[in-house]
Amino acid sequence: MIALPITPLPGPPSQGEREHAAFGTRRRLAGFARTLRDNGFKVGLAETHDALAILGSPAAVRAVSLKPALRALFCATHSDWERFDEIFDAFWRGEGMRRRQTLKGMPSGAHAPGRRLAEAFVPHEALGLPDRTERRSDGEGEAADCQGRREGVSRTELLSAADLRHIVDPDEVAATHALAARLTRTMRARLVRREQVRRRGRRLDLRRTIHRNVSHGGTLIDLAWRRRKIKPLRLVVLLDASGSMSLYTAFFVRFLHGVVDSFREAEAFVFHTRLAHVSPSLRDRDVARAVDKLSLMAQGIGGGTRIGESLATFNRWHARRVINSRTAVMIVSDGYDTGTPDQLGEEMRRLRRRCRRIIWLNPLIGWRDYTPQARGMQAALPYVDLFAPAHNLESLAALEPYLARI
Amino acid sequence: MTLKRDEISDKLAAVGYVADHDIATALWLMEFLKRPLLLEGEAGVGKTEVGKALAAVHAAELIRLQCYEGLDQNAALYEWNYQRQLLAIKTREGAGEKADAIEEHIFSERYLLERPLLAAIRRDKPPVLLIDEVDRADEEFEAFLLELLSDFQVSIPELGTIKATSIPRVVLTSNGTRELSDALRRRCLYHYIDFPEVEREAKIILTRTPGIDTTLALQIARMVAAVRKEDLRKVPGVAETLDWAATLAGLEIHDLRQEPEAVYETMICLIKTHEDRARLTREVSARLLGKVA
Repeated sequence: MIALPITPLPGPPSQGEREHAAFGTRRRLAGFARTLRDNGFKVGLAETHDALAILGSPAAVRAVSLKPALRALFCATHSDWERFDEIFDAFWRGEGMRRRQTLKGMPSGAHAPGRRLAEAFVPHEALGLPDRTERRSDGEGEAADCQGRREGVSRTELLSAADLRHIVDPDEVAATHALAARLTRTMRARLVRREQVRRRGRRLDLRRTIHRNVSHGGTLIDLAWRRRKIKPLRLVVLLDASGSMSLYTAFFVRFLHGVVDSFREAEAFVFHTRLAHVSPSLRDRDVARAVDKLSLMAQGIGGGTRIGESLATFNRWHARRVINSRTAVMIVSDGYDTGTPDQLGEEMRRLRRRCRRIIWLNPLIGWRDYTPQARGMQAALPYVDLFAPAHNLESLAALEPYLARI
Repeated sequence: MTLKRDEISDKLAAVGYVADHDIATALWLMEFLKRPLLLEGEAGVGKTEVGKALAAVHAAELIRLQCYEGLDQNAALYEWNYQRQLLAIKTREGAGEKADAIEEHIFSERYLLERPLLAAIRRDKPPVLLIDEVDRADEEFEAFLLELLSDFQVSIPELGTIKATSIPRVVLTSNGTRELSDALRRRCLYHYIDFPEVEREAKIILTRTPGIDTTLALQIARMVAAVRKEDLRKVPGVAETLDWAATLAGLEIHDLRQEPEAVYETMICLIKTHEDRARLTREVSARLLGKVA
């Protein structure tokens, strides 16, 4: 699709041993690229190719300069940028003494080529191991993971997430998905009508009209029109996945998938003690796999809910990017906040100023005699445009008329 | 001609850009792999400055394209000077010229207005093309940009295809107000610029503010670092720091600790909203000053 400038590969020496060494380096590098890919990096062949060129360059002599070089090449977003060092260290440094030789791609007497080859074929899961242990030791209870994308973290965690996965019943998935799609259609229909109204009021674009008619000697035949640009409505969903919500998490995860799948512009976030941006994982076409990935991130049950803090993270790191003037924010939470109500109120105020509507769905409203007593809920309510129940499919479907009016 | 990485570092320093190790590597890599460089970071960390410094390092012309919502090809690539074209049609018709001749004439280079992107590929010596705040442009423009960055040729229907005479060094900056497409990200090298650490910021103040002394520069840098840790809506950038440093130098202040009142009053250089001003009260200012000193 995109033509890339071809940079020469580091010249493969013709002697057998050298060739083996270079081959080993390539294998290792391919393994590194694969590890990055497993961690959600978008690494293609072109990047791997360029990385080989870097390995053949003077920068590769010292690891100090190799790391920033590979980082500039492989990273594409800020969240990549923040996680790269950790993965790099785990992959290259975890191998201990072999590092220098591998990086230089030079043959060494200490290692027979055969052994190097064998090492090079170590499956990437095993190579990724140090990464996982590190993550666990320092990641607990830290809200520092601001960008919060955690897809493909590790295999063990995947297994322990089985409880949510069991609940996925194909029929229910289909029903939730269909509902999300229907809600989307309602909103779109509205948008199309608006566009037609605007078309009637369009104006002549004089500058472009004259320009276009130069070829007619300045006689105006082709007219160019101007009309207002229409931004599609965007929906941002923030889902509370804390312990108190655990009964509903599985259900809403499926709803989230439906929303992200059918809206052209939708973003999804999950929070409990911290916030995770989950839309990239949800774009997976395979529902079961998407829900798997997500249930991974929804883990953290028992740690309490820090709604205020999660919203602060959202306002600080994501809001600017995902919210525009035509954005509705949907918060799904029971409002039991272990943080201070003041912070929640303050962050809600900030959020309110940025977006068009805030919808707060609270599964507890469906319970009989419920009144929003939780202090967090009290603090948030003044900034909420619609406070509605969401304990089953019907209550979500009841949102339809409201969403259509936004 | 490819410069070594350390040479780039030295040259950046020579043109007054205080670079850290990583950005020098990224700039070297940009040369080495001939890829564009995408810079992200908070507003005011000096992304645009990198482009300017790069141009100075290579003694190349800097061509800047400021992106905004609704930016289209006419404003970015080329446009016909249609007023002159119309004028030419009228006069030549009057003189009785043939239609073919007129057409040939008015669609010639003379009537073509170069915009930044076309200019960047038509120079003899490769310029530095700085595409500023690419996230403000629309998605369609981003796709168009991608095409240009891979082919380096432009086709103008009336004139034919214009091939690049030199491949520009391309630096893109983004403030993250919109998610950029994966295609564009993958095409580029990536560097995230953070606020400089205290020592580096002090160095920046020293190089950019003539006649300021080292201790004051260090104090200012520490103070700004402390202010950035406060919960502000608009975190002050390097440009604000430099403004403040210039102000303090202009007031002939040599030690922040001696002049708490002046510090509080001049801190409006760092503050951009009413809310933040209300938050940075005299007490807060004094507290931060106490930490710094």
